[in-house]
Amino acid sequence: MDNPLKSKGSARRQFLADTARMACGVGLLGLGVGLYARHATALPPAAIRPPGALPETEFSGACIRCGMCVRDCPYDILHLARPEEPMSTGTPYFVARQAPCEMCEDIPCVKACPTGALDHSLTDINKSKMGLAVLVDHETCLNFLGLRCDICYRVCPVIDKAITLDPQTNARTGKHTVFVPVVHSEHCTGCGKCEKACPTEIAAIKVFPLYMAKGALSAHYRLGWVEKEKAGGSLVAPDVEHRYNLPEGMQYEHGKGLSTLPPAETPPGAEPALPKAFQGGKL
Amino acid sequence: MTDKLQRPGARAVAANGWLASYQWLLLRRIMQAVVLLLFLSGPWFGLWIVKGNLNYSYTLDVLPLTDPFLLLQALLAGKTPERNALIGLAIVVLGYVVVGGRNFCSWVCPVNPVTDLANWLRARLGIRGGAHISRATRYWILAATLVVATATGTIAWEMVNPVSMLHRGLVFGMGFAWAVIVAVFLFDLFVMRHGWCGHFCPVGAFYSLIGRFSLLRIRLPARAACDDCMDCFAVCPEQQVIRPALKGIAGAPPIILDPNCTNCGRCIEVCTKDVFGFGWRTSSTESK
Repeated sequence: MDNPLKSKGSARRQFLADTARMACGVGLLGLGVGLYARHATALPPAAIRPPGALPETEFSGACIRCGMCVRDCPYDILHLARPEEPMSTGTPYFVARQAPCEMCEDIPCVKACPTGALDHSLTDINKSKMGLAVLVDHETCLNFLGLRCDICYRVCPVIDKAITLDPQTNARTGKHTVFVPVVHSEHCTGCGKCEKACPTEIAAIKVFPLYMAKGALSAHYRLGWVEKEKAGGSLVAPDVEHRYNLPEGMQYEHGKGLSTLPPAETPPGAEPALPKAFQGGKL
Repeated sequence: MTDKLQRPGARAVAANGWLASYQWLLLRRIMQAVVLLLFLSGPWFGLWIVKGNLNYSYTLDVLPLTDPFLLLQALLAGKTPERNALIGLAIVVLGYVVVGGRNFCSWVCPVNPVTDLANWLRARLGIRGGAHISRATRYWILAATLVVATATGTIAWEMVNPVSMLHRGLVFGMGFAWAVIVAVFLFDLFVMRHGWCGHFCPVGAFYSLIGRFSLLRIRLPARAACDDCMDCFAVCPEQQVIRPALKGIAGAPPIILDPNCTNCGRCIEVCTKDVFGFGWRTSSTESK
């Protein structure tokens, strides 16, 4: 029965079986590790990446977990994620409520990064987008309650741009003003100073990773007033100036009230100017 | 025989004394401690010599060193590193091409003392047997890590890599990384002899590829003097590398050419016949 052909065949079968076993075992391991890594690309809400960090899905491919940014941060705010934390193990983050980013002008953490996980093209710290502050709790924000706390507004490194105080009527008293802190995403760097400084037990203003904090209009949306300004005139319909029904010979001016009309200079019955879109015979 | 296998090196101690029988092991432990202390002197004493960790480090603000396996994963994930990382990569690759890639495993890696301790305890407790899995598994795992890095665009292996987890833990804060290290220790102790470092670790596997044609090798100038005491096999963490060179199988030269030799030097010091020694791989003796 010692057929050499047969033993050759069984050796081949053995080889194939071993290879298949190895491929399956290691394949399972790879699948597990891959899924684990993909899950960890969603940043937990309290963890903010250092300035210049690539979007989360790219960050975990670029960051080699060396901790150079942690070492070169002069304020020692950065940590490397530990294995039990729900993010990519060994990647850097800070928690704004504990210690916010001090927004160094020379951005040493970005300079220290050897891989570009922190984007070296970021040279102006005011342009960084670490996250976005959100006034999450209108019920406990002291300014909303009618006080002039204003702390978030005062500590903001981009004061009057990233956070403004918008006066609104206090509907409760009917005669006071509340100064509502409003965050403007265009200028907010996500440094977290407002969250750190918020005096309430739990911060009413918090910084979140951008993907959580920012909405986005559908691509086809246009803001009429923006388009109008761009075009220098209304694009969609005859944009006729509003006229008041006034007694003859009177006029009304916003802020001034009624007054008598100066003698007419334009011939009566003149056509109002055509809106931009209808000019030039383009219809 | 059983006693000899359990206490390899007893003959060497009797013949050459304790210090001579553990000189390379001592040197390795000192080297491992020095490497770690260079990283720790900053966070512990405020004396910044080396910043970063084994993945990437920057020594005295001039010398970058990059882990080539990690950078390869980043490249496969589609990311281009900055200049310093590439300089560090070149230095590390050149260095290990000279001294042998798996020198990292026995002289630098912080997991080595852990698995060495497990192996020592395993011999002391007389634990035998266990799982039989091919040593080639590490290359399969290595391939899998590269495939996963490419497919997911993340350096996925870093989520679980015990090597960087332990080193990062020691330098930056441990967290639950200790549990992973304990798991590796227990696995090596009870489940598999030289399990992690000798069969699975893709970091070591990658370094073995870098050291494929490395220059610093274990040479066996006196292989004819071998009296088959088996002590070198007993202490060697990669036993399969010795036999071809020692027995001249298929006309093999008296040099350990297997890329998985970690140049730990244990075979040198346990051999009472002075069969082994460090030397350069030179073409003149290779052709012998």
